[in-house]
Amino acid sequence: MTSSRAAFAAILGKDLRSELRTLQALPAMALFAVTTFVIFRFGLDRTQLSGSLAAGVLWATLLFAAVLGINRLFVAEREEGGFDAIRLAPVDRSVLFAAKATALVIYLAALELIAVPIFALFFLDSLAALGPLVAVLLLTDIGLAATGTLISSMAVNSRARDLLVPLVLLPLVVPLMIAASGATEPLMAMGGPGYHRFGTWLLVLGLYDLIFTLLGYAVFDFLLED
Amino acid sequence: MPPEQEKAAPAIAVTGLRRDYGDRTAIADLELELAAGETLVVLGPNGAGKSTLLRVLGTLLRPSAGEVLVLGCSLPREAWKLRGRIGYLGHEPLLYRDLSGRENLRFHARLHGLAGAEAEARIEELLAAVTMERRADERVAELSAGMRQRLAICRCVLHRPELLLLDEPDSNLDAEGRELARGLIGPGSGAARVVVTHDPDRHLPEADQVLELGIEERAVAA
Repeated sequence: MTSSRAAFAAILGKDLRSELRTLQALPAMALFAVTTFVIFRFGLDRTQLSGSLAAGVLWATLLFAAVLGINRLFVAEREEGGFDAIRLAPVDRSVLFAAKATALVIYLAALELIAVPIFALFFLDSLAALGPLVAVLLLTDIGLAATGTLISSMAVNSRARDLLVPLVLLPLVVPLMIAASGATEPLMAMGGPGYHRFGTWLLVLGLYDLIFTLLGYAVFDFLLED
Repeated sequence: MPPEQEKAAPAIAVTGLRRDYGDRTAIADLELELAAGETLVVLGPNGAGKSTLLRVLGTLLRPSAGEVLVLGCSLPREAWKLRGRIGYLGHEPLLYRDLSGRENLRFHARLHGLAGAEAEARIEELLAAVTMERRADERVAELSAGMRQRLAICRCVLHRPELLLLDEPDSNLDAEGRELARGLIGPGSGAARVVVTHDPDRHLPEADQVLELGIEERAVAA
């Protein structure tokens, strides 16, 4: 058996190199997020958002932008034979899950590096919330990546994959989005960040991450069978 | 020692293989045995199940019924033991279009546990064997179909497999390409080979056995 670490590095490196070369997912995700913030800004006719409204605008936008990346996560494996290559190699197949989920976390982090400062510029009167928000973003990204990788690998073989991913993914990430919004809401409260139940929501996010990461590891092998 | 123990274990032993796709049966009641180092040429019309047979032998499809023994491993139960011992050349080259040929080969080398100087030396050796050294840094998407096939052949033999499963190995290759490929995946490769072809004139002279699917699904000595 090839060492899992070497296979993980090979798959992750291949994905990042392909994305850097073709820019198929990230620019679309970033453009979607920025356009949505512009629409919210003029649609709500507000230059400042706080509390639950700010959290809702931020997470709804990031979630739908993430769906664009999740849709494309396994397209190269499907269309260019990557699934067969992995199945023929002496590699633990859950390594593919780990590498794809890690790639998705990196894409989401890159998206947030662009989208969150623009959100702050459009809607926040202070940048004080951004520091603690990093922990919420990171934990939510991990959950989104674990669930998204699982759903994307199932949907990629269907011709209706662009429809299937949001249809199956969105109900599954409702608890994640509730926890992410719950943790974000006090951070964006009027008058400066608060920390009411912040720790509890982080714990819920961590628990969600753990469950879906373990679930992905457990079932991914079976998903690659013919 | 009894004669049956002296005889080398076959590379492939198939008994009563059936493979269904839903209600349609692609392969029915197939029997074959191939010794190590021998070549089986598979012929038959389109849709006869030739590619399906290769995918079953390559652990990419599960048999619906029957016993399949490949390199001593029973499929699908022991498929994991076989991975890395088979070289598979299918209709698709299994190369990423946005990576260069060399990057693709490095990726496959790492999947098969080859790394560092050993991997680089093997990649250069194979690229030289198919005269692709000067085009190996171009993206696969920019290469012609014949050049992609040359790279796919390099990918197929990169890890020195014991069994080669070759589906139309000459497709898209010019005369020079066919000769170069022969050096890597021809009878001299030392591996047992299953060759699916629509060009019997070219491949029958290399055959130890011939299997004609869709007519009489039983391997006969050439």
